[in-house]
Amino acid sequence: MSRFIFSFVIFFLIWLGFTSTFHYQEVITGALLSLVLASLSYKSFTERGLFYLSPKRLFYILKYLAVFLIALVKANFDVAKRVINPKLPINPGIVTYHTTLKSDTAKMFLANSITLTPGTLTVDIIDDKLYIHWIDVKSEDPEVIYSEIGKDFEVILKEIFK
Amino acid sequence: MILNIVGNILVTVGTVFLFLGALGIFRMPDVYSRLQAGTKATTLGALSTVIGVGFLQPEWIWKTLLIAIFIAISNPISSHALARGSYKTGLKPYMKKEGLDSYAEVEKEEVK
Repeated sequence: MSRFIFSFVIFFLIWLGFTSTFHYQEVITGALLSLVLASLSYKSFTERGLFYLSPKRLFYILKYLAVFLIALVKANFDVAKRVINPKLPINPGIVTYHTTLKSDTAKMFLANSITLTPGTLTVDIIDDKLYIHWIDVKSEDPEVIYSEIGKDFEVILKEIFK
Repeated sequence: MILNIVGNILVTVGTVFLFLGALGIFRMPDVYSRLQAGTKATTLGALSTVIGVGFLQPEWIWKTLLIAIFIAISNPISSHALARGSYKTGLKPYMKKEGLDSYAEVEKEEVK
């Protein structure tokens, strides 16, 4: 039931965003459509439902968004710096990153965030290992890899998916 | 008025990053480094441009925010799929120093 309500809320919010109006006809149509869609797809849409909407998690999700946006802007300046420099200062390689996250959704978010942060690109996830193409390999020591690449995200994701 | 200025700045910044991304694709030595430049620059470039349009046309802001969320989720996934696909078809990453490729072990095991 909690999964069903969660899917309904998300679908309805997307509908409201795309129609951008509170006219009663639009709202009723959207509610009906969201009900139908949610009843058809809630099983594959979410695993834990309303679990994600507790105030503490919403706070961590906002914090995560802030950290993520800062990292994204930094990543772009990093790329710009490398691209403009005539010497092209890169030292690429693929390194293994060990994650302690358990849930698949959490791993997906970690991998996506790592792709969008400075100099790293997730190539594959196998169990708890992420294979990461790093454009400027500083060290092959797992500790350094952990703190350089994904520590900030992993700490917050652990709180969200606990 | 202020919305207009913010919108124009966002669109300009977005296009500058998109241009730098294109330059990165042109200059980088191999598929993976190119994907690096491509993914990051197009993600922020597209986000910034789309949200800038939302500021210029305030009645579109919710739609543009939704589009931005979809781009932010789908862009890294597509680049991961491209990188993994290229590795599986046998493209080796460019390296200045040999032996920095930990993904090669996985490939070997799968071939056995």
